[in-house]
Amino acid sequence: MATLALREFSYCMAHYRRTWRGTVVVSVANPLLFLLAFGSGLGVLVNRNAPAVLHGVPYVTFLAPGLLAAASMQTAIVESAGPVYQAVHGRRNYLAAAATPMTPFQIYLGHLLFMVFRVVISSLAFVLVMAAFRLVHSPLDALGLLLGAVLTGTAFAAPMAAWAVAVRRPTALDMCFRFILMPLYMLSGTFFSIRQLPSWLRDLAWITPLWHGVDLCRTLSLGTATPGTTAIHLGYLLALVAAGIAAARVTYRRALHG
Amino acid sequence: MTLTVPDTAAAPSRLRPPRAFHLVERHLVIYRHTPMVLVAEIFEPVLYLLSVGVGIGALVGHVAGLGPSGVGYSAFVAPALLATAAMNGAMNETTFNLLRKLKVDRIYDSVLSTPMSVQDLALGEVCWALLRGTLTTTGFMAVTAAFGLVRSPWILLAVPGAALVGFGFASVGLAVTTYLRGWQDFQYVQLVMLPMFLFATTFYPLGVYPRAVQIVVECLPLYQSIQLIREPALGQVGPSLLVPAAYLVLMGLLGLAVARRRLTLMLLH
Repeated sequence: MATLALREFSYCMAHYRRTWRGTVVVSVANPLLFLLAFGSGLGVLVNRNAPAVLHGVPYVTFLAPGLLAAASMQTAIVESAGPVYQAVHGRRNYLAAAATPMTPFQIYLGHLLFMVFRVVISSLAFVLVMAAFRLVHSPLDALGLLLGAVLTGTAFAAPMAAWAVAVRRPTALDMCFRFILMPLYMLSGTFFSIRQLPSWLRDLAWITPLWHGVDLCRTLSLGTATPGTTAIHLGYLLALVAAGIAAARVTYRRALHG
Repeated sequence: MTLTVPDTAAAPSRLRPPRAFHLVERHLVIYRHTPMVLVAEIFEPVLYLLSVGVGIGALVGHVAGLGPSGVGYSAFVAPALLATAAMNGAMNETTFNLLRKLKVDRIYDSVLSTPMSVQDLALGEVCWALLRGTLTTTGFMAVTAAFGLVRSPWILLAVPGAALVGFGFASVGLAVTTYLRGWQDFQYVQLVMLPMFLFATTFYPLGVYPRAVQIVVECLPLYQSIQLIREPALGQVGPSLLVPAAYLVLMGLLGLAVARRRLTLMLLH
């Protein structure tokens, strides 16, 4: 069974071999630009104000791990929403694969593996840029950040693909980006501490998956992680991955063998 | 029975805005069914404003050096987001949507089989982008006013200002799209747009940079667009506004000229 899932993965890789250059440029340019603009540029204003909410560290140190988690989410979404929709309605490669001995669930697992691979590449580029900014203190620190970011990305990719395979109109994806994922990105404590939010928004931020990813990466990076909160973050994100896989078992079968 | 040729076809190279408006009309008919897109386009800058204004604003406090006591961070960011929304609205329309019309839907092949020329087509697309950009900015401006961020009645200049921003970027977007080979090339468009968005004094004033960088930033079209809207929004109105206005008009005309030439090559040969 596993080998058949790998067929889907190798299909994605064959396609990626033609388009990888642009994605690597974007993976490196993105963190570089955001860290320069927000960390260093805006940081001048923030650090002058020197607020206590930043755990007493420069703004760029506070911001970078949060941005890492948010960027992983974005890569995961980009790889799981459009391509899965296209695989049913555009290029229709899912339909072709479903006509072979591959089961819909194997197709999902293979594609998910590729999404995780893409998240690993882009997170790795991000961590390397952070290291260039001297924001990573040790190889162990880098590994922890990388794992946290990849788990965050996977927690979005697994359920997103499960949903996208069932989507019938591309505007549904667009609305999901604009009305669900963008607010998530802006209010998940990436750019500031959610303690600054009014209490009702803070309660909302608490239950968003991205906040758990951001806080996981941030506490690991700042050295403020406690076993309790880390366990909660890991449990939450892993539960999302499991829920996405469980849902995909049903949605992929309905979409491809329905 | 004899076929009568409409006499409007007699002057093929003259500017004919009325004919270009047929294209705008076509888009309006289609757009009517997707009003959520407009809501989304206004929602996005509002969300930015909420998150950046409330969250980062608390970290930044006042932005010094603008006015006697500085301005609150939200009031500083809001006009820049307005300019960015006008830019994005225009660019989305003439890059992403245009490529679809050009390569997937192939509507121009049918458009050009009517009395419409490439010139009408280019002008129609720019007018359409301009219309959408103006709608977006007006909506966003109403929201910023509701947030109590309006500091001067001169903010009303933002409407023609945003139209100019829309014209400049829509024309350039149109020209750029004719060079795109496919969807993956949008990554390169993003690679220009994102740094411009981040560095063109959207989130912090020019004074943060060393002088050499300041000069580069001042040359960016988004910086000029932000100046055009931020200065009146903060109550500073003077002849200096003519610089960004002239910049955007020139940029728009240049883009339109390139787009017209390229589209002629693509669609009529």
